[in-house]
Amino acid sequence: MSKPDQTAGLLDNLALDLASGAVEVVDLTHTLDPDFPVIILPPEFGQCARFRMEEVSRYDARGPAWHWYNFSCGEHTGTHFDAPIHWVSGRDLPHNTVDSLPVQKLVGRVCVIDCEAETQGDEDYEMDRAKIEAFEAEYGKIPPQSWVLMRTGWSRRRGADYVNLREDGAHSPGPATEAVRFLVEDRDIIGFGTECIGTDSGQAAHADPPYPAHYILHGAGRYGLQCLNGLDRLPPTGAILLAAPLKIKHGTGSPLRVLALVPSTG
Amino acid sequence: MAGTGKDKLPQPVKKNPQLKTAAPLVPPLRRSRLGLRLAGFAARGEFCLPFCAACDKAVWPPRDACPGCLAELDWREVDRRGELIAESVLETSPELYFRGRMPWRIGTVQLACGPSIMAHLHQEVQVGEQVEMGLHLDKAQRAVFMAYKNREGSSVNEDSQLRELTSDPKYRRVLISDARSPAGLALARALAAAEAKEIFAGVAESWRRDAVLEALEALDHVTIVPLDLTDSGSVKELAAEIGGKVDILIHTADQPRPGGLLDGSSLTLAQEMQDRLVTGYMRLASQFGPAMRGRGADGVNSATAFVTVLSVYAHANWPSYGTHSACHAAVYSLSQCLRAEMLGSGVRVVNAYIGPLEQDWYESVLPPKLDPQRLARDLIKGLQQGLEDIYIGDVARDVASRFREDAKLLEIELTGGGRE
Amino acid sequence: MAQARANYDGVVLTAPMSLPYQRFSNQSAHWWLLGCLREMLASVAIRPDEIDGLTVSSFTLHPDSAVGFAQHSGLDLRWLEHIPMGGASGIVGLQRAARAVQCGDASIIACLAGDTNQLDSFRQTLSRFSNFSNDAAWPYGSGGANGYFALLTDYYMRRFDTPRELFGKIAVDQRSNALLLEGAMMTRPLSLEAYLSARMIASPLGLFDCVMPCAGAESFLVMSEEMASQRKLPFVRIKAVMEHHNAFASDPVQFRGGWQKEQERFWHDAGSNPPDMDLIQTYDDYPVISVMQMEDLGFFAKGKAAEFLLQRDLTWQGDFPHNTSGGQLSAGQAGAAGGFIGLVEAVRQLTGQAGKRQVVGARLGLVSGFGMVNYDRGVCSGAAVLEGAV
Repeated sequence: MSKPDQTAGLLDNLALDLASGAVEVVDLTHTLDPDFPVIILPPEFGQCARFRMEEVSRYDARGPAWHWYNFSCGEHTGTHFDAPIHWVSGRDLPHNTVDSLPVQKLVGRVCVIDCEAETQGDEDYEMDRAKIEAFEAEYGKIPPQSWVLMRTGWSRRRGADYVNLREDGAHSPGPATEAVRFLVEDRDIIGFGTECIGTDSGQAAHADPPYPAHYILHGAGRYGLQCLNGLDRLPPTGAILLAAPLKIKHGTGSPLRVLALVPSTG
Repeated sequence: MAGTGKDKLPQPVKKNPQLKTAAPLVPPLRRSRLGLRLAGFAARGEFCLPFCAACDKAVWPPRDACPGCLAELDWREVDRRGELIAESVLETSPELYFRGRMPWRIGTVQLACGPSIMAHLHQEVQVGEQVEMGLHLDKAQRAVFMAYKNREGSSVNEDSQLRELTSDPKYRRVLISDARSPAGLALARALAAAEAKEIFAGVAESWRRDAVLEALEALDHVTIVPLDLTDSGSVKELAAEIGGKVDILIHTADQPRPGGLLDGSSLTLAQEMQDRLVTGYMRLASQFGPAMRGRGADGVNSATAFVTVLSVYAHANWPSYGTHSACHAAVYSLSQCLRAEMLGSGVRVVNAYIGPLEQDWYESVLPPKLDPQRLARDLIKGLQQGLEDIYIGDVARDVASRFREDAKLLEIELTGGGRE
Repeated sequence: MAQARANYDGVVLTAPMSLPYQRFSNQSAHWWLLGCLREMLASVAIRPDEIDGLTVSSFTLHPDSAVGFAQHSGLDLRWLEHIPMGGASGIVGLQRAARAVQCGDASIIACLAGDTNQLDSFRQTLSRFSNFSNDAAWPYGSGGANGYFALLTDYYMRRFDTPRELFGKIAVDQRSNALLLEGAMMTRPLSLEAYLSARMIASPLGLFDCVMPCAGAESFLVMSEEMASQRKLPFVRIKAVMEHHNAFASDPVQFRGGWQKEQERFWHDAGSNPPDMDLIQTYDDYPVISVMQMEDLGFFAKGKAAEFLLQRDLTWQGDFPHNTSGGQLSAGQAGAAGGFIGLVEAVRQLTGQAGKRQVVGARLGLVSGFGMVNYDRGVCSGAAVLEGAV
């Protein structure tokens, strides 16, 4: 650990900028709400628990001066974090659970690739390597150990439109297989995040490998963020993401509050 | 108000909000233990009386020996026919329940099987005529006799005294707790045909569209309402919104899944089933029960029944669907508790018992399997007849009768691989 | 016929006492019974310690019985009976007490009946009257006795083609008798028109077919004729007594009672016949029941009541004096005291103590009792012929 005199003042500017509003804190999280959709798997599989609350007391006989709830949900309910152990490809990696992963990685630079235009015309849009290279041509190379978020505007959808289930499954955008591989192998990202219900596209079960984002990201010890809200409020580069899951013993993921530090444009 | 004329049942008008809702008074509760026994038969629509095998005669009122020969009596299903030999229209009564429903017509019926009995009279019957007897639960959930001209007549339910004994959906507002369940759509259609005034179709997760939801939306008299039995907030919100106008609640939620404790066990699935079925029942009862209990005497469209579609394996575990049976057993037990808590409100806690349905989750089960249309039809008929326990289909009736005959033997048969 | 019944020679009834009735009372049944006992003993100058036998009949004494009442009263008793037979309690009490005195089991027996009527005690009594009633009658409109007797009356009227005027005559004539009774519930004259046009209570029963429940008590003493004579007490002798229970149990609706089964032997015992009676006192919870007793005791044939009664004057001064104190229909029904009211009135009449409504020259009287609609019919029936000492 550094000596105090060497580190003194390192964060002072950040503190001042936060206080003055020069650095804004942006919330990228959906409210945990019983009505918020969760991923739908075929009925014979185990299902993701919905978010639920039971009132413990409300200044009443069950607790005269206090109000509180018990809540329950799955690890993958609402805006949530996927740890490598979530997928079979990452099951044997070291530090692959939410309680053991290195916390240093939970705060980092973030690049936001805007795919709203593409998604508007194509619900099954797959972000390919060319799209990423076009992003880099404009904003510079994605630095190593960054988060990469795919902005689609999908978080503005509600209810049935958000899940967008049809008889042949869900239809929502996601990254192409080669794009994920590129981000992991060539850009060494911390993780990949999306506004949709999963890091993979709705039809990703038919890809090779199935669910390539999950398979490749977690197989390489990278993380996933899903159900992010309002990525249009982030700049393409220059923001810092804070994404710390709950410290659940042997946990494979967790709902979390995802925040970004964004230089004010105002 | 009960009438004694030949008038049709008055169609309920909108409530005058300045008038007090009538308190849910009930007729006398007190019975001897033998007298209570009659309620068990009435609950399932059987016409049984104490019977002397030696004298080949039925006996009434119930007692512990034959008044003809002192032999012991047993209970038997007997001939329902008789003749009305005396009548009276009561204009006054010291019991508050009847006092508020005067005039009230009673009579004496000479039964073909032996005794003469006092009975409530359907408006169609006249002294000197042949009558057919019904055995019903009254608003105290105690058994009483009713004399009919024709129990199967098309206008039989157009009688205000009979309406006190039944839970006819006609003119009433019905909530189906899970309209997406296999029985939901069939029930919604059948209730509309039975002239229910409004059908609230509870639908969870409206973000999941499916064909059933679309079919429900297309039905007349059906209003889709958000109701998720696993979400206390959702149940509470809907109860706050429509709880005061649910006259009949039909709880249809189910989650049949094969599996027991060692084979095919899944604790998350079991938890989910428990939450949906058992805790869901508690949510529904605790949120809708109080308002219904307060409206047990609210005119022609009073609150009248809290109905649950239950697996008949609530009585005895069917190991192929072991966890499922256990959840239903818990709900069955809770329904008994609810009966006690509803006693005195005039609201009947009705259970409709079924065997496996014609649906995907029973694809590996041999027939007979129950068609949801049949479920809906028989359930509504049971309400029209005022039953408390409705056994629908061959499997439910078979299991229930074996349960009554010898509960342990049924357990051995269900768990031991069947008979040789 | 069975062995001849022993007579009641040497035993007499005396000291008729009625406490004036009240519509409602906050007092206990014990208060009413003890008050009646006190007044009765004072009226004949007998001390409590001279009483060595007691019968008690009361519904609202519950949970006490005659035993508890004995302790309340402080009486030191050699003989004690609880007689829970409602409208037959007077006759049955008289029979039991007479035999006890005759056999030397006791020397002075007080026979008491009475009930209080608190605001809800009528409903309370009815709603738990019997298992049969709870199981098979009370749930059907809870009309109570009105409901069961409406069915009985309906059946009777259809079967015997009876006009309501017949029942009206009984009620109207009793009302004239009651106008001379202190403490009667009904204090205004009743016309047949008023009877017929009164509101229905339980068709075919109208308002004046029904008794008014009230509080009250009635009593008399049973002792040897020798003792009564020594003490110079006016008394009546017992010529015949009958009781019969649960007769004709398989009749689908009651239209006759145990009197019919005992009629022949009863009159044989009495040594007289119906036309010899100078007055009759029937149990009149409803007019049809009075008619049934008259028929079954042989005053006229079954179903011929109209022909007989409509010709006659049933008031105290008429040619067929009936229920000369107004009966329960006009005086009120003070619970089990209703089983005594006719008997006590008969003792008063036959001892010349009936005051303004005294039937002139009354010597022989018939008293009839009918008790306990356990379910759909009266189970107990009884009757006695009494003779005033000349």
